[in-house]
This record gives sequence, structure tokens and C-alpha cells, in this order.
Amino acid sequence: MSPNNIKQRSLHQLSITELNAGLRNKDFSSVELTQHFIERIERLDTRFNSFISTCSEQALAAANYADQQLANGNAGILCGIPIAHKDLFCTNGIRTSCGSKMLDNFVPPYDATIVENCSNAGAVVLGKTNMDEFAMGSSNENSFYGPSVNPWGENCVPGGSSGGSAAAVAAQLVPAATASDTGGSIRQPASFCGVTGLKPTYGRVSRWGMVAYASSLDQAGPITKNAEDAATMLNVLASFDKKDSTSIDEPKPDYTATLDQPLNGLRIGIPKEYFSDGIDPEVAKLTQEAISFYETLGASIKEVSLPHTQLAVPAYYVIAPAECSANLSRFDGVRYGYRCENPTDLEDLYKRSRAEGFGEEVKRRILVGAYALSAGYYDAYYRKAQQVRRLIKQDFDTVFKDVDLIASPTAPTPAFGLGEKTKDPVSMYLEDIYTLPVNLAGLPAISIPCGLTQQNKPVGLQLIGNYFSEALLLNSAHKFQQATDFHQQTAPNID
Amino acid sequence: MEANEIAKLAQLARINIEADMVDEVAESIGSILNLVDQLQAVDTRGVEPMSHPMDAVQRLRADVVSEKNQRDELQAIAPATDKGLFLVPKVID
Amino acid sequence: MEWETVIGLEVHVQLATATKIFSGASTAFGAEPNTQACAIDLAMPGTLPVANEQAFRYAIMFGLAIDADIGKRSYFERKNYFYPDLPKGYQTTQLDQPIVGAGHIDIELDDGSTKRIRIHHAHLEEDAGKSLHEDFQGMSGIDLNRAGTPLIEIVSEPDMTNSDEAVAFAKKLHSIVTSLGICDGEMSQGSMRFDVNISVRPKGQVELGTRTETKNLNSFKFMEEAIALEVERQIDEIEDGREIIQQTRLYDADTKTARSMRSKEDANDYRYFPCPDLLPVIFDDAYIMQIKDNLPELPEARCARFISQYALSDYDAKQLAENAAIANYFEACTEQCGDAKLSANWVMGELAASLNTHELSIQNSPVSAGQLASVISRIKDKTISNKIAKQVFDALWNKEGEDADSIIEAKGLKQVSDTGALGTMIDEVIAANQKQVENYRNADADKRPKMLGFFVGQIMKLSKGQANPQLVNQLLQEKLNG
Repeated sequence: MSPNNIKQRSLHQLSITELNAGLRNKDFSSVELTQHFIERIERLDTRFNSFISTCSEQALAAANYADQQLANGNAGILCGIPIAHKDLFCTNGIRTSCGSKMLDNFVPPYDATIVENCSNAGAVVLGKTNMDEFAMGSSNENSFYGPSVNPWGENCVPGGSSGGSAAAVAAQLVPAATASDTGGSIRQPASFCGVTGLKPTYGRVSRWGMVAYASSLDQAGPITKNAEDAATMLNVLASFDKKDSTSIDEPKPDYTATLDQPLNGLRIGIPKEYFSDGIDPEVAKLTQEAISFYETLGASIKEVSLPHTQLAVPAYYVIAPAECSANLSRFDGVRYGYRCENPTDLEDLYKRSRAEGFGEEVKRRILVGAYALSAGYYDAYYRKAQQVRRLIKQDFDTVFKDVDLIASPTAPTPAFGLGEKTKDPVSMYLEDIYTLPVNLAGLPAISIPCGLTQQNKPVGLQLIGNYFSEALLLNSAHKFQQATDFHQQTAPNID
Repeated sequence: MEANEIAKLAQLARINIEADMVDEVAESIGSILNLVDQLQAVDTRGVEPMSHPMDAVQRLRADVVSEKNQRDELQAIAPATDKGLFLVPKVID
Repeated sequence: MEWETVIGLEVHVQLATATKIFSGASTAFGAEPNTQACAIDLAMPGTLPVANEQAFRYAIMFGLAIDADIGKRSYFERKNYFYPDLPKGYQTTQLDQPIVGAGHIDIELDDGSTKRIRIHHAHLEEDAGKSLHEDFQGMSGIDLNRAGTPLIEIVSEPDMTNSDEAVAFAKKLHSIVTSLGICDGEMSQGSMRFDVNISVRPKGQVELGTRTETKNLNSFKFMEEAIALEVERQIDEIEDGREIIQQTRLYDADTKTARSMRSKEDANDYRYFPCPDLLPVIFDDAYIMQIKDNLPELPEARCARFISQYALSDYDAKQLAENAAIANYFEACTEQCGDAKLSANWVMGELAASLNTHELSIQNSPVSAGQLASVISRIKDKTISNKIAKQVFDALWNKEGEDADSIIEAKGLKQVSDTGALGTMIDEVIAANQKQVENYRNADADKRPKMLGFFVGQIMKLSKGQANPQLVNQLLQEKLNG
């Protein structure tokens, strides 16, 4: 989009790149921009429920400060740009609920590292987005604050767990939002809502201040309108952090610098296992067409095999619950968060605070995790799952000897209906079959829109890269978006 | 999943499960365990378990005090405190 | 029936680091509740641990001191259980690959023989906070200042057969960790805590009896009492035809009774698994060698050196070398006064007695090594007698002066060595005790020295202890014999 038609479009339609240009060109101020989005959220979010909390006053103050910085010429990469944070990133002085009754009253006195990174870059935080409780879910229906809904169809889920972030970007309530991905929680909602979602390499982005679900799988990343904005966001989010022992001290490239590199010679692998039973025919067709389109961009396509794919869901549903069962033990009603009324004794305090404070899916995963780790079952479940995890990683290692990227659908279906899968948790778990292996291996992946179904539902193309290949992923996604307009299609009725 | 197994897990996890919910919980946990039981068929002999995506090594921190007293801020959000202590129902060792 | 006792120890040693094992909060003892418990220590959502290198160094030092294998690759696991003093709901500890592997410690028994106690392993872990049971609005109060303090848990093999051996082992451990400087050894502050596993079996039986664990003993005396009590209880149970039930017990030093711990009643399933927030810790040989080359002198080596360097007796050398703080004090004192024997006598005598009376450790002694050296120097140059020296020491203890000289000066305690003044005193005593003088002069030469004591005593009395005793002796003999 060339800068000269910025003025013909509404502010909410503009990408971060365009907004940055507009702010620096003094076409509008950050305060105007922020007011514009605050007004939209107030007017439209009653339909989408994509925000759990807003913080308009702080946002306007930050915007005002950003305008001064812009005037002084010390503007950071996101100076004056409104963003939203998924409600599991701790924000100093702003409630951080994790979509849970347990943390309904929790106002942390500290910032997550990525929140700090965004503030240092000058971003203006509009609020905290809706999510499945403690990031456990694929539909956003496990939120204590009610589900966020999909702007593309208000009887549909936005996906999860970062459903609020994806819905808010798709409804143009914010240009970009942070999100987190433990088993697909950035990519699947991005796919469902027709936006771009990037899950970086495990360790690329700090986990400090991100409320943990499954520590060895959790990774933060951006949800944006397009790959170029994702690159800008990753430039801000990615940092080596001494406060996170699993943060990796790798050089950080400028992800925007290589966006336009030609894709000639790029080798793309299509895993045959990702197009097997259970995939929606329209999803298969649209993603295959998108992959073929890469040939016109200079890439070569070949079929590859990731033989342990089917084991990713079972391995994940041992490892993630096991880690979460310990990670969530700290929510005990003693130091912060929900405490039950009038506990009769210590045991009652624990058992009722946790029973009343956690929702059903969270409790289910805690119990499964406790089972998988308990005496006599550890080897059969936890150890076995960790071994299978290595087999899954080795599958990728093997394939990446022959290809540069792997392409697949992000999810086997487009957005499904609200309430459609809530009765059967296992059917919900299978939604993540193409995204989970990436988390188990710790690889980076991006989901970009690649078309709409007959029913006008977005479908996402997933590109998976080798470790620390975010620049290549963003470059490949950007080149696709330069040549197509799937990412510019917007949800109906959002004006 | 038997009711007594659910009770044991509920105790380990300190989560109260009402009697009329036990069957439902047992069923949903049972269905998840059925799903994960696919793992049992895999031959993993000789495969090193993988705890972290990257086989990275722990960085260690210098032994220097970096935290100041933050009691007031941290206890402002606590359910019950007195004289700087967090309060809980009587602890019996 | 004759019974045999089998004892194994699990010892928690708080490491003397400045900060917690996983956070940068201070570990200083005695702070106001929860003022040294940061967001990480409170397990606030989103916080993450980062391991303290010094804790590893200290653990490795201990491993090298007990001739153990050092875990070149170790990692942390989560031990899951709920307790209000355990903020995360799990303790971060080591199970599968601890930092210190099998080693051994030799203890000396009363008969002079030594016995080797095998160490199974020692692992790093975090300490819990404290539950205060005094009434706070009918509730318990939780102080998390201690939460996250680094510990090594040292696990012995069940190689001890009575409380004497167990206490000797515990004392030896105390001596090793304080000599290494990895623990302050302050037992009353919980810096070392002992869990004692005890079982009994008929003498000659090979298989072990059912054991119980008595937890959290923080003095050698309590340990001795608790072992005696538990051994007696177990024998009574068996002789009365009952079975020993495996349990965790708590010893109450005030009532000298023990009971089963309620909170440990249900068999725990700790669900250990590798902590995903922490990565494996790897040390190479060079790192370990560097620590080995800089290891402080251990008690046994120091004892041997004291004997050769200072010509101390075996007994004195052992007493002094056992406790690093005492040994350091002794050496500092000796260096400044130049007399090892006198320093040893004073450190083990007057100083030890005063510290004991006031229940102080040598680190908190009101009289510094330099001050004691100043007293000893004045004894050596005969400015004061031993008796006066004790007065000077007491004055220093009470902070009445900076050093021996200022006190001697202020109180006028300088020894009288003026022959004229002494002669006048002697004449006075001789004049007042003509009968004794006569007896002395009539006595056989070999009886005389003993009789001389009477006159010396009189003169010392007259001089208020300040007369130079050697000179008094000499002058007296001249006058009486002459």
C-alpha cells in the first residue's frame, strides 16, 4: 500500500508500517489514533468481547508522551502505535486475569519483559485481550469472561487460546496484539480470524512475566494484519533476557530488512501426513493452491514425511498437562488471587479456592497432569511422551536437511461454531494437530491468510521454519502477501 | 478411571470435586487417557527423553543482591495479611 | 533380646550465599517478615528462576571435601506438594542427577579409632519459608524470607549404630562446612538441620527393621536425646508385640517427647519431574579443578599444621582446628602476640568460657583476636600477671577500653617491678609475721619453697595483685635466707 492513499482510508485499516509513516508525517497524532481505537473498542467490542480489560486513561497518557517523543525525534519502533496484550502478560498496575476467576482480582506490580519491550519502543497499550483460561483451549470458550467471538461470523469461535488478540486485530480494534502459543494458540486463531500470527523459536522471546501454562512449550509472538507488521513486532518482542533461563542468546537480525528478498530457489516441503483424514476439503484445497502459488514466486515444492505426526497430540496431552499441573499449584489462595469464603481449615482453603477459582478445562488438565506424573505412571506416560517428543523433533531435523520451509494448513478446519466442540474435549484437542508438533520441537512457524471458504471463513496457511529462521518465514510470508490480497480481506460489518 | 482414583488425583491436586461430578470428571479424564494411550504402542527404546526444545545449558547468575524490599506492593494484592505475614488457617505439622 | 540400632542422617545445610538460589533477594538472617521475599520467592505468576552460581560452587566444594564424584551434568526437578511455606506448590530440588555423588566422611570414636561413614549423595535445593503458629487472628502467619535459601541436603548411608556416632558425624559435618566457609554453622538459626532415620533389629539380623524419620533437629544435644527416645520407643513397641509403622516424627525439645507429624500422614506422591524452567547445569573439569585448587584448609589438615607449626598438643590442635572460626581467631591472635601456646590457652580457656556463659559464637565475640593478643603481649612482657590479665580481659569484654594498654593505664594495673617498692612491702610483711619467718628459717631447705608461698601471697595481697611474682620470689628468698 503506497503512503499516498493512507489518507483515503480510516486509521483502523492501516498497518503498523502505514501508521508509523502517518505519525512521522504528522498526518495524525498518537492521541488521535488512540482515541480512534478507544472509540471503536467501546462501540464494537460488545459484539466481539475481545478485550477483558481496557486502560484508556493510561493509553491516552502514553499516546501523549509518544507524541512528544515523535516531536523530539526520539521515537522508538512502535512509538505512538496502539497495541493490546494478551491477558497473560503481566502489566504493572493493570489487571492480568489469564481469563480466570482465579486472577480476576490480580494486578501485578511488575511488567512482563515483552510488555516492557513494547513500552520501551513507545507502544500505547489499549488493554488486555480475551483468552482461554490460562491459555488452555482452542476456541476461547474457556474464558471466565465469556468467549470472544469471530468477526467473520458471530456464531463462530475465534479460535484459541489467543482468541481475543486475533478477534481484536480482525475486527480492527487494534493494529496488532501480543499473543502466546503453547500448542497453536497464536496460529490457529490467526487462521480462524484471517490475520497473520507468528510463533517464534522457543527461547527467542522472553517468557518472564508471561503466566506459565506449559513452560517448555510456551512462546510469545505477535498477531498482526500482515507479515511486515509481524516483522516489526518481532523486532520489539525478541530479546535475550537474563531473567528467563530458557531465553536463548542468539544474535537478533532486523526482521524487516530481509522481507523483500526473492524466493528463488526456496525449497518447500509438504508433509503428506498433514493432508490425511480429518482435514476439511476446502481447507486442503485452499492451502494446496497457496503452496502452488509459491512456485510462481520461484520456490520448488516437494512432498516430505513427518512420520510421528499422529503422536503429537497424545504426547502434547501428557507433557502440557504435566507441566501445567505443577505450574498452577502456586494458585492456592495464600499470597494472591482468589481465596474461597470462610475456609474451615488449610485443606479446605486449598481445595475450594482451586475448585472455585479454576474452570473445568483447567482442572481437567491439572488432574491429567497429576495422573501422568504419579507414582507408577511416570515412565509409561511422562517419560514416554518426552521420548516421543524427541522422535517428533528428529522428524523435523531430517526434513530440514532437504527443505527450507514446511508448508501446511494451520488447522484442519475453518472456524467452527460456538458450543460445537465444548462437550467433547478430545475433538477440540484434535484441532491442534498441525500446530502442536511445532511446539513440541520448539520451531518457529507463521500462519497467514490464504483464502476464504464458500461460507466466507478464512483459512490459514502455516509455514514452519528451522530454528531461528524467523527472518526467512517473514520474508516468505511477506512475498506471498505482496503478490496476493488474502490478508487484506476484512471481516464483514466492522465499520 | 474409578471414583477412588479421581479422589486420589483430586487430593494430590488439592481440587475439590463434588460427589455428583465425579462420574463426569472420570469420563472426560478417561477419554483423554485413551487418547494418550496411543503412546504405549511406540517403540522408544534408546530414545533420550527431551525436556527442552533446545538442548541448551543453564546460565548461572552472580551471587549479588538485586532485589529490594517490595513487601508492601506484593502484599497489597494478598487475600489476608497481618504484621507483614500472609495468613492461612492454622497450620498443624 | 539384644538390639542393634541403625541410623542414617539427612542433613540440610544452608549455604552462606548472599542471595537466594533462584532469585536476587538477600538471605540475611533476622529481617522483618517477608521483606526479603521477592516476586520470584513468592511464586508470583510469570516469574522465573535463575540459578545462583555460588550455590553450585559451594556444593562442589563440599563434594571435593568429602572425596565425592562431582556431577558434571546435574539438573533440577520439581517435587510437588502443597504447604503454605512452599509458595510454588513444588520444591525445586535434585533427584536423578545431583551435583554431588557418593563420598565419605571419617569420624573419630571415643576409643580413638576412626569409622568411615559413606555419603550416598548431596543435592542442591531451595529451602521453604516458615509457618508461625502464634495466634494471628486465629490463623497461622507465613514468612517467606527463608523461602529459596540455597541448601545442600547431604544424605548418609545408614552406617551409624548409636547416637554417639551420629553426633560425631554431625559435628564432623559442621566442622567441614564451616571450615569450607560454605555455611555459617549457626545451628540455633537453623543453618544446619538434621533428619534422623532410625530403625532397630535383633543383633545379628541382616535385614533392616522398619525405619522412622525424626525431622528438623537443630542441635547436637537434641539429636542425641531424640535418638535415645526413638530407639527406646521402637524397642518397646517390638517387645510389646507391635509393629513399627513407617512415619515422620517431630521431637519437642521442651517436653522431651516426640510425636508423629500430622501433615505427613498421607503417603506422599511427590510427582517429581525435570523443571522445565531450568536447563541442565554442566561443569567441565577445568571449572572443578579451579575450585579444588582454591579449597580452604580442612579441619584435619589444619590440625596437623597446628601441631607442626605451633607445637600444640594433639588435643589443643584438634579443639582449635575443628571450628574454622575458632581456628581463624586463634591464628589471628597468635600472629599478633607471637605466642601460640598462650593464645591457645586463652582461646580455649577464658574466651571459650565467657562465650559459653553469654551463649555467643566466636564470630560475635566482644573481644577481638587483636584485643586478646594485646592482653597476651602484656603478660609476655610482664607488664601484668595472669591474674591481672583476667581483669583486663573482662574489662575488654565490657567494652571499657580499646585494648589492654588503655585499660592497664586507666585502671593502674601495671605490675610492680620496682625493687625498692617491693623491698618496702617485703620488709613490712616480714615485720608483721615474725613467727612464720622463724619457722621458715628453721625449716629444711627442701620444705622452704612451699613455705615461701605464704609470704608471696601476703605481698600479692598487699600489692592488690600487681607485684611482679618472679621478682617477689627472688627478693623474698634473698631477705629470708639472708
